[in-house]
Amino acid sequence: MTTTSAPRRVALFVTCLVDLYRPTVGFAAVKLLEQAGCRVEVPETQTCCGQPAYNSGDNATSAELARSVIEAFESYDYTVAPSGSCAGMIRYYPRLFETEPDWQARARALAERTFELMSFLTDVCGMTTVEAGLAETVTYHDSCSGLRQLGVKEQPRQLLQGVRGLRLKEMADAEVCCGFGGTFCVKYPEISGRMVADKADAVAATGATTVLGGDLGCLLNIAGRLKAVGSPVKVRHAAEVLAGMTDRPGLGDPEPG
Amino acid sequence: MTQARSHEFRTRAVQALRDETLKSALARAKDGFVLKRRQALDALPEYEALRDRAVAIKNHTLEYLDHYLERYEEAVIRQGGHVHWAENAEEACRIVVEICRQAGARSVTKGKSMVGEEVGVNDALEAAGMEVVETDLGEYIIQLANEPPSHIIAPAVHKTRGQISDLFHKHHARYGLTEKLVEVPDLVNEARQVLRQKYLDADVGITGANFLIAETGSNIIVTNEGNGDLTNTLPKVHIVTAGIEKVVPTLEDATTLLRLLPRSATGQQITSYTTLSTGPRRPGDPDGPEAYHVVLVDNGRSAMLRDEFREMLRCIRCGACMNHCPVYGAVGGHAYGWVYPGPMGSVLTPLTLGLREAKDLPNACTLNGRCADVCPVRIPLPDLLRSLRHRQFQHQLGTRRARWALRLWAWLAQRPGLYRRVTTLQVRTLRLLGGRRGRLRFLPLAGAWFRGGRVLPAPEGETFMRAWRRRGKNP
Repeated sequence: MTTTSAPRRVALFVTCLVDLYRPTVGFAAVKLLEQAGCRVEVPETQTCCGQPAYNSGDNATSAELARSVIEAFESYDYTVAPSGSCAGMIRYYPRLFETEPDWQARARALAERTFELMSFLTDVCGMTTVEAGLAETVTYHDSCSGLRQLGVKEQPRQLLQGVRGLRLKEMADAEVCCGFGGTFCVKYPEISGRMVADKADAVAATGATTVLGGDLGCLLNIAGRLKAVGSPVKVRHAAEVLAGMTDRPGLGDPEPG
Repeated sequence: MTQARSHEFRTRAVQALRDETLKSALARAKDGFVLKRRQALDALPEYEALRDRAVAIKNHTLEYLDHYLERYEEAVIRQGGHVHWAENAEEACRIVVEICRQAGARSVTKGKSMVGEEVGVNDALEAAGMEVVETDLGEYIIQLANEPPSHIIAPAVHKTRGQISDLFHKHHARYGLTEKLVEVPDLVNEARQVLRQKYLDADVGITGANFLIAETGSNIIVTNEGNGDLTNTLPKVHIVTAGIEKVVPTLEDATTLLRLLPRSATGQQITSYTTLSTGPRRPGDPDGPEAYHVVLVDNGRSAMLRDEFREMLRCIRCGACMNHCPVYGAVGGHAYGWVYPGPMGSVLTPLTLGLREAKDLPNACTLNGRCADVCPVRIPLPDLLRSLRHRQFQHQLGTRRARWALRLWAWLAQRPGLYRRVTTLQVRTLRLLGGRRGRLRFLPLAGAWFRGGRVLPAPEGETFMRAWRRRGKNP
């Protein structure tokens, strides 16, 4: 728990995958942000950050979506996403408006105040520990955008150290891409499949009972592989653990009973 | 130009994934390259500063490329050499063949040259009736196998010792070497034995260039086998083939870049041989060629100077990007279908051969950014690949299905009300299909996901936005 001077008004960028697949991650993010002393709101008009269009070369469409995001989020002190990939996309927004100085200025103002959840909690809010427990050995996959674009590496590990009973065991090649890559995973499924098989092997080799990460895209991919080969390793977003919200089964696991 | 099969990327990638021999060869090579580079750079505290310096040298040279190329040409002429300008691959081949013809060449030895691979100089020389012998061990192996290189610094990285043993056994019999060798030192010795006579017989030696020095007219090559020295010293004619981006202003600039090149490539502080050649033999020199020619190849490079792809011309061909690329690590170099594989090849190939021929290459990448992280000259490879995707999109080169899917999704994403209704329904359906197992084994229209050997985790069942609204949390 951390104390802060003035309450920050934070807008949660839920991300489309958390919205669709794992609302728990969104509620975990809200809980953690509130513990860090933030006032959290969820702008109602949000849908997607536009990354699929941007990475497909459709810059015009991604600029249109970016405009909607800018309008919905620019009035807050900060925008926080439980994803390095989506936060990273918002950081790219100024690139989409090279010929529109007004929009570029607004895009830059938003980009500068947009963060990935765990790095926001530590780097901006100064959070050093959490109120949660998990008596398990876990391993952590570094998602690429968070790691290389936003420098998210130590922040989640630092927070996870504060989880009672949790032991972190690093996997080999934790920084190597899992093969998700947005539309890559369906455009080149065989290559993606090999990459995620390697990742799943690296996870299994640690002997950890849970694998954590900060991006739901990668986690769905890794869970998809682990569950296809019958692995008992649970797959969760790190926010679920940090917020003490691990009642739900892991991604791709059956409901108990 | 070397025949391209980049349009077959998909099928060749899938074939490569099924090749267990290739898988073990790639895994072995990757671990070696990555680890050795890491160790070399850990012992170099000034690495980041050196990178900045290297970028500055390259950017400055590219900004004034015409000037430095002319200074280089003057210096080569001053040293008694000749400079030839080739606008494209065909012209480069024509020039090389003509020089060899005038020298009355029957046999040509070659040091490793990626630009030579690019323009297809071997085929041109053989078509003109000359024998061409690659002298770099890796290049020699793939020449025997009649294959293109699968890596820019380790051309035969995809070959196992057993395959090499078979190749030598088959091709060396005509030299009276009939014993089948299996141990690495024995294989190397046999290649050396065969190549030694080739060096002595050669009329012309062709090498590439790692750097061309504008102030002195020198050419620098880095090798670990010494084959470059024998290729450029023994024959009576030495031809250097080089891309125009290889020029740097001074020897000192080249030494800065040399501190990065071997470390990034093989993890060596310096290669076994760093060879400078400057003009032909001078009076009183104990050895060296009688004639010295440089063929400067453009082949699409000057067009790259004009836009964001200029950054690609900083490339010093170290191969670190492919050594760290998980896609290259999965499919190997041949899947890319031309001479430059991996991230740098995925940028260069479409720019050289056209967006259509190499349609898959910019897309077969997760944009994970590891290549840019390890690039000693900080080329923003993922950004350049994204730029190529943008060009492809503008030329409507994607599949119709992908375009429509994107358009439909974008249309929906801009209508939050409708988007919520559709996603609510979608999530409920998926939840239902997942049942108690919490996962789906198949889903119509999403077959590709499952072709990756994966199941699809089922969603929780209610969207976050709906659950949030239900809890009445927003003010």
